[in-house]
Amino acid sequence: MGKATREAYGDALRDIGAEMKDIVVLDADLSKSTKTNVFAKAHPDRFFNVGIAEQNLMGTAAGLAAAGKIPFVSTFAMFAAGRAYEQVRNSICYPKLNVKIAATHAGLTVGEDGASHQAIEDISLMRTIPNMTVIVPADATEARKAVAFAAQYKGPVYLRLGRSSVPDIFGDSYEFEHGKAVELTDGKDLTIIATGIMVAPARKAAEELIEMGISARVLNIHTIKPIDKDAIIKAAKDTGAIVTCEEHSIIGGLGSAVAEVIVESIPVPLERVGVLDTFGESGKPDALLTKYHLTTADIVQAAKRVVGRK
Amino acid sequence: MAEKLTAEQVSQLEDRARAVRRSIVSMVTEANSGHPGGSLSAADILVTLYFAEMKVDPKNPNDPDRDRFVLCKGHAAPVLYATLAEKGYLPHEELLTLRKIDSRLQGHPSMKDLPGIDMSTGSLGQGLSAANGMALASRLDARSNRIFALLGDGELEEGMVWEAAMFAGHYKLDNVTAFVDFNGLQIDGPVSEVMSPLPIPEKWRAFGWNVIEIDGHDIQAIYGAIQTAKTVKGQPTVIVAHTVKGKGVCQMENVADWHGKAPTKEECQLFLGELDD
Repeated sequence: MGKATREAYGDALRDIGAEMKDIVVLDADLSKSTKTNVFAKAHPDRFFNVGIAEQNLMGTAAGLAAAGKIPFVSTFAMFAAGRAYEQVRNSICYPKLNVKIAATHAGLTVGEDGASHQAIEDISLMRTIPNMTVIVPADATEARKAVAFAAQYKGPVYLRLGRSSVPDIFGDSYEFEHGKAVELTDGKDLTIIATGIMVAPARKAAEELIEMGISARVLNIHTIKPIDKDAIIKAAKDTGAIVTCEEHSIIGGLGSAVAEVIVESIPVPLERVGVLDTFGESGKPDALLTKYHLTTADIVQAAKRVVGRK
Repeated sequence: MAEKLTAEQVSQLEDRARAVRRSIVSMVTEANSGHPGGSLSAADILVTLYFAEMKVDPKNPNDPDRDRFVLCKGHAAPVLYATLAEKGYLPHEELLTLRKIDSRLQGHPSMKDLPGIDMSTGSLGQGLSAANGMALASRLDARSNRIFALLGDGELEEGMVWEAAMFAGHYKLDNVTAFVDFNGLQIDGPVSEVMSPLPIPEKWRAFGWNVIEIDGHDIQAIYGAIQTAKTVKGQPTVIVAHTVKGKGVCQMENVADWHGKAPTKEECQLFLGELDD
């Protein structure tokens, strides 16, 4: 097992912050959990705790950006995208201010904290805002490279990070290309498109499908917005069926974004693996992923269904 | 500038304020929508800021060392546009494009659209946080510029204002000066009846702010309060400005209905007559 994406974020922020002196980091009393404390330790003069006040977290970051700084702000995804939604929309995205929202503890794998803290709507909320870029890294390496990208990019970015450790997928030589899908394996019978922590089980599902005589292409879509339309259309043309996998509601997230692309260009059968319009609950991350149908086995089942619909 | 304005300076600023009020009435009438009441109440504050205090240059609107102004009560956009036009950021004729399609003068200020707008606002409660962020950036960069913000009294009902107030007090942002345009009225009626934010000065004091109370239509008092604020170290300052909603137009004064209603063309002529020199 590799590191959690939030761990990679804290380390990357500390390192990039040493180079880029305009980076300022704000947190809302969760710096030990979001890992901004790693930055705070290295660069105490550029770290500000706003306390438990997420609306002000976003508003203050907007002001810093308006004055030329590059603020990274962190809290749990629930509060970043949920509680402070309107501040993100009106104070950050409308004026296209250079604020990076690194939201941790996204999805069900927050675990024991339960449904009140499990953001399964944040991709949907963030991708609907004009000027916003939405990135969901799959592992620690991709998270580190995505942080470096966000620091250089001019404009608002929503970076969705997880609490739990995830398997390493990419090596050090991996290059993050904004808005570009990453093909992990090629196949001809269907394409499995996954994001975030679902990339690892998607890859495993493809291996299991081979045993059953089904050949799956696997795409990692780390940039949900702007989404890689070309890669999705090509997948639909080449393989004729798609399964999407995300630790997020099936409403409004990756599955919806992929559906939007294919229905307007090349409609093919689609199955969405995700949280089925329901709240989560307390439990161990693995137990939650099993109960809410986000496992390798669920992806395999969806793949078989979608191939059957071709 | 000196501690006190000369009588001549005050008189010139009063003329400017009258011109700004005429523009407000004209542009809201032409748009047939907008917020005249809370624009008129803030005219003297904006004119004093832009013509007697703030280091800003319309020819270099993005100067990182400039003083900055955040109109937290973004619906008072007409007073900001009219003041910026007086200052030379935009031609006066353009004021009549307010709220029309393709205009740079959006219903609420948009910094991407019009040079001179330091922050996009309109959704109440968010501006002071942005002002704090700017002030923090100035501190980090060791800039001596000052950040000004103007809030409505009804706006103080937004919880986020107090998150920002707590932040500025905690981080001792003495380069922030906020005004509260205390005209006593919000859309649905008197602030004390709708949802009382009173007592206002005590609340700010409790959050660690230096508080100055003034008559918000007395230019000498506005100027003096700003000068005092500049001398206060280790604390942000809030200037609670007692104002009259609709100030300058008899029929509009202290009438909540004029919060968000445009005058008819006939009313406009009458009101402009009243605002003549």
